[in-house]
Amino acid sequence: MKQLMIGNAAVARGAYEAGVRVTASYPGTPSTEITEVMATYPAEDVYVEWAPNEKVACEVAIGASIGGARAMTCCKHVGLNVMADPIFTASYTGVGGGLVVCVADDPGMHSSQNEQDSRHYAAAAKIPMLEPSDSEECLSYTRFAFTLSEEYDTPVLLRLSTRVSHSQSLVETAEREDIVLKDYVKDPSKYVMMPANAKGRHVVVEKRTDALTAFAEVTELNRVTFNEKTVNGKKIGVITDGVADMYAHEALGDNVSYFKLGMIWPLPVERLKAFAAACDEVYVIEELDPVIENHCRALGIAVHGKECFTMLGEYTPAMIASAVLGEAPAEHAVIDAIPNRPPVMCAGCPHRGTFYVLKKLGLTVSGDIGCYTLGAVAPLASVDTTICMGASVSAALGMAKARGDDFAKKLVSVIGDSTFMHSGVTGLIDIVYNKGVNTVIILDNSITGMTGHQDNPTTGKTIRGEATKQVDLEALCHAVGIDWVKVADPFDVKTFEAVVKEACALDAPAVVIAQRPCALLKTVKYTGHCEISSDCRKCGMCMKLGCPAISKAEDGSIVIDENQCNGCGLCVGVCPFHAIKKIED
Amino acid sequence: MKTTTNIMIVGVGGQGTLLASRILGNVLVHEGHDVKVSEVHGMSQRGGSVVTYVKYGEKVYSPIIGEGEADIILAFEQLEAYRALPYLKRGGTIITATQCIDPMPVITGAAKYPDGLCDKIAAEANLISCDALALAKEAGTGKAANVVLIGILAKRTEIPYETWVEILKTTVPAKFLDVNLRAFEMGYNV
Repeated sequence: MKQLMIGNAAVARGAYEAGVRVTASYPGTPSTEITEVMATYPAEDVYVEWAPNEKVACEVAIGASIGGARAMTCCKHVGLNVMADPIFTASYTGVGGGLVVCVADDPGMHSSQNEQDSRHYAAAAKIPMLEPSDSEECLSYTRFAFTLSEEYDTPVLLRLSTRVSHSQSLVETAEREDIVLKDYVKDPSKYVMMPANAKGRHVVVEKRTDALTAFAEVTELNRVTFNEKTVNGKKIGVITDGVADMYAHEALGDNVSYFKLGMIWPLPVERLKAFAAACDEVYVIEELDPVIENHCRALGIAVHGKECFTMLGEYTPAMIASAVLGEAPAEHAVIDAIPNRPPVMCAGCPHRGTFYVLKKLGLTVSGDIGCYTLGAVAPLASVDTTICMGASVSAALGMAKARGDDFAKKLVSVIGDSTFMHSGVTGLIDIVYNKGVNTVIILDNSITGMTGHQDNPTTGKTIRGEATKQVDLEALCHAVGIDWVKVADPFDVKTFEAVVKEACALDAPAVVIAQRPCALLKTVKYTGHCEISSDCRKCGMCMKLGCPAISKAEDGSIVIDENQCNGCGLCVGVCPFHAIKKIED
Repeated sequence: MKTTTNIMIVGVGGQGTLLASRILGNVLVHEGHDVKVSEVHGMSQRGGSVVTYVKYGEKVYSPIIGEGEADIILAFEQLEAYRALPYLKRGGTIITATQCIDPMPVITGAAKYPDGLCDKIAAEANLISCDALALAKEAGTGKAANVVLIGILAKRTEIPYETWVEILKTTVPAKFLDVNLRAFEMGYNV
């Protein structure tokens, strides 16, 4: 029976059915659920792990492949940057067992810091890339990717986008294939990539690309559907990929002919020329960059592309109907300007205490990637920079070196426990090694929060929930050469403030570990709720916390919404008039 | 081509819109429709506006719903109901909970929560408003407000009552089933 499945779950199912034995990933929206779903399959069938970062994850998968197993690694678009180094060389070594690298782009930046188009990586690394358009294709393409990988001795990239990853559609599942573990064969000319060997492998890569281009001319992944209808007397053809294919079908129906590209590198040549020759006008409909469009233009095929469609954000069927058919968008109501509703730190979020103190101290804050990026928005508004995973630490060293130690003493880095494991610790080593005096605050909330609660090397649990050795953050910081490390509770606002001040004043690097678990963890049990007493002088101090449960009524009095408050009690300590009381239910 | 029925579920992150869309999706699959359900995970869930698109029919291509294309909007919060109004098809229906949750710009005093939202919606749409939170509390827990709203929606579809109940039994965790069945019943009778 067919069942509803998000694209990510279908990718996991496809890999499982293809007999994948090893999956290693680092979480990242919109890719996270692939690996989470993989961990629901039996441990005797597939080893699954959260790695400290994408580079490590990718290398684990490469090693598993060399070891003869079908292996997969999954990441978000920016995670592919982190694993770019191993990928470019894995293209040269080729594979043992099939190797699939799944990357999920985020057009529209629902949960990302940039809008990069990962399709460019396929051509750059000379690795074939498949792109499904819905969950059914997520499953079948993933299964096929492993076969393709082994047949052409290459890693295969599988590209998703937010709408494909997170949309549910109907999927038919099948049994897992019985794929035997291949023998491990020592082959230095293939797997030791030093110049003499790599020169030989580069020849192999170029030949492989020719073979894959020939495959692109015949594969059913690339699908042509001709329709006889005309638009204003012209036969229109559209070339599409990914979810844009679905948008095009909804918008254009059988008014046009379609060339749906399921393999987006290498792209076919003769089939595209033939398709264009059979149409009077051709549109390329692809989100983000003009990857297919540029290929067509290089072949001398006249196409409409980014002059009709934007390079920004997600597409819609209405946008396509307007550009191709000149159709007006559906009539609809127009509304008055209303307040927007940006995401906020949850009630009880431990980061709230941290940013309240940093704002109060007026420090420059070098930020990072996680829920705590929300420390940049009002009213806490204390984060100055957010670039990429780990940059809070290293970029702060750069700022300090540019502006001197006095500046460094009014500057802190904030980085989550998982992000610190990912790529913060290398920056910290740089601070020690190069005599920085920076203060780094590790926001240890005992979980990888933003992506929806994944375990990491500091939590003491594996992806399957088994107990494991826990990285000791204090000992790690000491070991790399930080002499001054203190643990403080960000909800004990006064002490926390004193600790941060002390750290910043030092003529040496310092680490503050702000320790309090995420309020959404099942192990965290706040009880009761907070209430405003008649002692309230409406000073608004508690409003500076930006807690979603606290608001100001029209008469200026402060109100705590009992439904939203989880009784964390942070506001109790912040009120200068002791007018907030914790009430137990 | 545009022969799908389009339902949008809107609310505030944490209100339980995901469970509502799961129930609806499962009911539609059970009825033999082609179905697509699309939502966005990640940062927007942290107390921000959340939107789920549910589309069904003989064949569904696009997983998203554009402006002027939704047949029904199921809203968990008034401001979000109004925000979604441009997505409603002319003559479409909005079912909304009367609950109001202040967004951060209102909490910080940078903006005011608008008045008279239900009147503004009623001027443009068939409006069914209901204090779903109160009904859910009456059923046993405020957390079942989402299922009250599903009950209201259920009554306005061609899908039999029994199907909804059957799917509730397989979708909702067993220990919360009774309270959710009561909440569904209350919504169904609104």
